[in-house]
Amino acid sequence: MPRRSVSSTVRRGLTFWRRSVQARVVASTVLLSAIVVGVVGWFLLQQTRDGLVDARVDRAVAEATDETNQARTRLAALPGTDDDVSTQLRQLADPILQRAEVRGFSVVLAGPVTEEPIDVASAGARYSTDLDLDSVPASLSAHFTESLDPAWTFTTMRYVDDADRPEIAGVAVASAIQLPADGKYYTLYYLFPMQQEEDTLALVSRALLTAGGLLLVLVAGLTWLVTRQVVTPIRMARRTAERLAAGHLEERMWVRGHDDIARLATSFNQMASSLQRQIRQLEELSRVQRRFTSDVSHELRTPLTTVRMAGDVLHDARNEFDPVTARAAELLQTELDRFEGLLSDLLEISRFDAGAAALELDDINLIDVAHRVVDITRGLAEQRGMTVTVQALREPVLAEADTRRVERIVRNLVSNAIDHADSGPIVVLVNGDDHAAAIAVRDHGVGLAPGEAALVFNRFWRADPARARTSGGTGLGLAISLEDTHLHGGWLQAWGQPGQGAQFRLTLPRRAGQPLRHSPIPLVPDDVEAL
Amino acid sequence: MNSIDSKGRILVVDDDASLAEMLTIVLRQEGFDSQVCTRGDRAVAEFRDYKPDLVLLDLMLPGKDGIDVCKEIRAESGVPIVMLTAKGDTIDVVVGLESGADDYVVKPFKPKELIARIRARVRRLDQPVQESLTIADLVIDVAGHAVTRAGQAINLTPLEFDLLVCLARKPWQVFTREVLLEQVWGYRHAADTRLVNVHVQRLRSKIEHDPENPEVVVTVRGVGYKAGTSS
Repeated sequence: MPRRSVSSTVRRGLTFWRRSVQARVVASTVLLSAIVVGVVGWFLLQQTRDGLVDARVDRAVAEATDETNQARTRLAALPGTDDDVSTQLRQLADPILQRAEVRGFSVVLAGPVTEEPIDVASAGARYSTDLDLDSVPASLSAHFTESLDPAWTFTTMRYVDDADRPEIAGVAVASAIQLPADGKYYTLYYLFPMQQEEDTLALVSRALLTAGGLLLVLVAGLTWLVTRQVVTPIRMARRTAERLAAGHLEERMWVRGHDDIARLATSFNQMASSLQRQIRQLEELSRVQRRFTSDVSHELRTPLTTVRMAGDVLHDARNEFDPVTARAAELLQTELDRFEGLLSDLLEISRFDAGAAALELDDINLIDVAHRVVDITRGLAEQRGMTVTVQALREPVLAEADTRRVERIVRNLVSNAIDHADSGPIVVLVNGDDHAAAIAVRDHGVGLAPGEAALVFNRFWRADPARARTSGGTGLGLAISLEDTHLHGGWLQAWGQPGQGAQFRLTLPRRAGQPLRHSPIPLVPDDVEAL
Repeated sequence: MNSIDSKGRILVVDDDASLAEMLTIVLRQEGFDSQVCTRGDRAVAEFRDYKPDLVLLDLMLPGKDGIDVCKEIRAESGVPIVMLTAKGDTIDVVVGLESGADDYVVKPFKPKELIARIRARVRRLDQPVQESLTIADLVIDVAGHAVTRAGQAINLTPLEFDLLVCLARKPWQVFTREVLLEQVWGYRHAADTRLVNVHVQRLRSKIEHDPENPEVVVTVRGVGYKAGTSS
């Protein structure tokens, strides 16, 4: 659980990072500034430290030299030569030790110098009592095996007193001095702590850190402000564009001032206005056209009714006519039927185009629909010497749909199959599952040439323009079927191969409005692979 | 024009002269007398003058809208009105039915279809049967075409009367809309069930104590309607 919340937080953060230009600009600016500030700060700190240490070393060496010179003078001024070594050593060291205590540095007197490096810790005759003798660096004591010249080095000073003073960096200066009593050289180590320097350095570091931090905050704030000024109009433009895309064509950006942003907004608004104008124009055009189709269809109805009635009167009386006139009356009748069919199909299409078609949903059994359609089309099929059978792979096959429309789709598919199946039976397959229901109409006719499967649903499209239209189809049947299917949120697809017949498949969601993912019946019939 | 063996008199209200004439021809062939009125604003006057047994009414008329004509005729008479409409699927149909039309025919119609509609509406003239029915607290005198509640007469149009009688004759049966369409309107194939819905609403508004909670004509959800039990 915590891991998931962490990962989701990370994801949210990443999304924010990807989406926000402002966040990226601010972050990268701050990062860059931090690097620059860090480098500059580090350089300054180095300079300051070097300066401080150099000065301290100079002072330490000077002081040590001074002390050593005074000690030499003191030894030279000693009366007589009968004093023993330890007395002379005391006389040498004590004044220095006293002064060291007053002035805050430490002193170690060790010796005598031999060919071997001496261990200061054991050979330290006199030293400042609070100093840990390990503070004297071995390299410095080793120096005197080769030379008696003064030398200095850095060291870490440790104390052994009760105050528990922390270790501190220091400068160790060493000089060799000859004791008159035995003529041997002894070494004097002066250890100067760099407490003051460290304090100064800490102060400078703190100041630099504070300054750097404040600078970064300033940079972040500035960048945030600047990007905000640019990003805010962009975000506004995005929102406006989104609302425009959602169909709110009146949406405009707010123009203020005359800067680049204002000009962007002005151009944006001009674009929106131009789009709006064109969309309105297209809408108006298509509305006028749809209206025209609908009006024409309606206007045709009244005269057609009159013609229809006149035709019926003539048709009923055809037995009293001579054969030619009687045949003419019959032709008039059949063509009137066709005309009527075409008109009602046109009206249906114009209704779809106007978006005026609405579903009347009900739970229907597609098997019942298939049987009804087969009953209705039996006459036509028998006339052509064909059989239409229903093959249900499951019972019942339910779908929430508009019976009238589904029946019309299936009727169109079956009459289409009867029209194009030259031989062989026509099978209406019905199958369904929990998510979808499907009806497929399989014929063994001429089939469809490659690419035709996409064209069959076009209005007034014909596979072969020269082909006779025998069942009186209007050329709008499949187009209407497709519209009906879309109204249900379903699929209507065609498959066909030359010589292998065709299959039209209608798939409907089990519940209206559910998205379709698959169809319970394969689009390509199973028997095709076997061939 | 009034022939002795006429099956009925029909007023044709349609502004299309050719269609009106054609209707007259077809109606005469079927044994109906008819008179044509081509203007909406004269329709009501001609209706009073001619006293038809049925009115064929086009919805789009010059002078006065067909809907208004329908309302005015219905206000003074229960004579059957069959609408002729060019828009079978639009709100026009519902509006027409709600303004009092009994049935409608969508152009272009087949003459036989129209005649079937007309016959279904005027056939009751031929079959007077002595019969008395009760439904809920209503008493129906079938021969006298009268419905009374506690001696108080309720004015119903012939269609509403037929609908009520149909339900009252078999109070144990639930009638689907399709069955009602067949028995009351004379449709042999499934047709627009809005016809039934609209007329049941109109009937309820006249005979129910509270049309929101009907007791005489009860809805059976998902099936249809049945007569309410006598309380």
